[in-house]
Amino acid sequence: MSDTAILFQQAKRAWIIARKDIRIYYSKGPVIIFGILFPVFLFLSFAVGRNLPFESLIPGLLGMVLFFTSTSISPAVAPWETQARTLERLMSAPLKTHTIILGDILASFLYGVLVSIVPLIACVGFGIKISHPVILMLGIILAGFCFSSLGLIFSAAPTSMPSTIMMLSVMVKFPVIFISGIFIPLDQLPEWGRIISFVSPLTYFTDIARLCIKKRGYFSLGFDFLMLVAFTILFLLFAMIIHHITMPKRI
Amino acid sequence: MTANESIGIQVSNLTKNYGKLTAVDQVSFDVRKGEIFGFLGPNGAGKTTTARIITGVLKADKGEALVMGYEAGTLKAKQIAGVVPETANAYEDLSGWKNMDLMGKIYGVPKNIIKDRSEELLKKVNLYSRKDELVRTYSKGMKQRLILCMALISDPEILFLDEPTAGLDVQSSRMIKDFLLEFNSDGKTIFLTTHQMEEANQLCDKIAIIDQGVIVKIGSPERIRTEIKGMHSVEVSFEGAVNHHFFNSLSEVKSLKKKGDKYKLYTEKPGDTVVSLAKHASARNLEIVSLNVLSPSLEDAFLSLTRREKKS
Repeated sequence: MSDTAILFQQAKRAWIIARKDIRIYYSKGPVIIFGILFPVFLFLSFAVGRNLPFESLIPGLLGMVLFFTSTSISPAVAPWETQARTLERLMSAPLKTHTIILGDILASFLYGVLVSIVPLIACVGFGIKISHPVILMLGIILAGFCFSSLGLIFSAAPTSMPSTIMMLSVMVKFPVIFISGIFIPLDQLPEWGRIISFVSPLTYFTDIARLCIKKRGYFSLGFDFLMLVAFTILFLLFAMIIHHITMPKRI
Repeated sequence: MTANESIGIQVSNLTKNYGKLTAVDQVSFDVRKGEIFGFLGPNGAGKTTTARIITGVLKADKGEALVMGYEAGTLKAKQIAGVVPETANAYEDLSGWKNMDLMGKIYGVPKNIIKDRSEELLKKVNLYSRKDELVRTYSKGMKQRLILCMALISDPEILFLDEPTAGLDVQSSRMIKDFLLEFNSDGKTIFLTTHQMEEANQLCDKIAIIDQGVIVKIGSPERIRTEIKGMHSVEVSFEGAVNHHFFNSLSEVKSLKKKGDKYKLYTEKPGDTVVSLAKHASARNLEIVSLNVLSPSLEDAFLSLTRREKKS
């Protein structure tokens, strides 16, 4: 079998893994709590009573929903599979470690992208015009993939306790929300806050969303996309390498 | 067929360390195609680690394992093997049928064949009527039968099973054993890890006994059993209760074990032991209900070999 044929075969099998994850994990309690309810209530606690125009709030809401949903499944699948004793079966099947990981990332990515459509529908419902819908969709797709890859890094520790991983991921996700221009736009942040925000991938997606909805961003679109691509490659490679090392330790 | 073509699994000098502990130490053996090979050992002996290396789940630190000529762990080696891992589970949030479908797709089996084969396999293990129920509602025996079916969905050339009947009821255990014999009758190879001597005795053409990471014996169960010297035993039961002090005066008896209402007396001179035992019972007006002279069992051989290793 040629290398291309193997690549195609493994890509197909990654999609099978993703479909399995979708079927099993989308309706799990922790995924719904940490992926949907958490960002919604966090957003409401910020927005309610502030009398801010919805147009100003929607990029932040979109960023938060995409970030939380995309990082809600990928960290939990590995410990769940370890706990349910289904991982060894996958590891002994004709799948590369990368295929299993890619399947988990795909499931998490799709969850993020699908749930992100809800704030976009709200946008339309409130009569807010999206200036660059195609660019915004491209941003959602790229950022969804980036955040899912980041989520997988959280589960690198070979534990069988999903709650441990969830706690760890929340510890990282919370500070990221506050340094990424979700609640306060970048140009209104103090200098030190702005510098810190540059290390968060969510900053660049929120900026894309502001550009596409409010026609006003801090960086150029090209720079935002470039940074998201760079973060995606970095997270993906790191997740692949680290899971390759830790996966055998899970069984 | 050349010598190499007839070999299903070839393991050479396999070594695996966990820190300072050597879990598998220079293990070498061959399994012929069409053979049922039993891999026996006490808990922590290195059975599962060896099986995991051969199935590609773990990497060896040293040595080599080939499955049907392919390096263990490669996609080709995994594609032609079916695996029932130790303490493995099916996806409990999916039905039995969906689990079969998932495994078939992962192995690249065409859709129509998955359907036909799932139906055939599930019917054979009496699970077809419950195929649409979630696996979480299955009993342990049903889950294990399903896991076996999942391993066979790709019609593998070789089947790896790690403790497949551990903790199962007699019915499920028997069903799985019959299933394995049927699979083997088609010329397929089976690598069976177990610590159940009776299972190995019933199923295996050849066994290897591993202890503390080292192979201590390889051969047919019958050959290994008969090679153990000084392990004959006399099994006796009496009408009425007898305690172990009764046997103290029998000098031929090396050790004894109570098994239900019977005593098993280990001796190098079974004939003399029978005579002494009969005299001793008669002198005390004890009626002997049954008296059997037994050759060493595979369990005796196993205990003898693994104990010997520990002493050294």
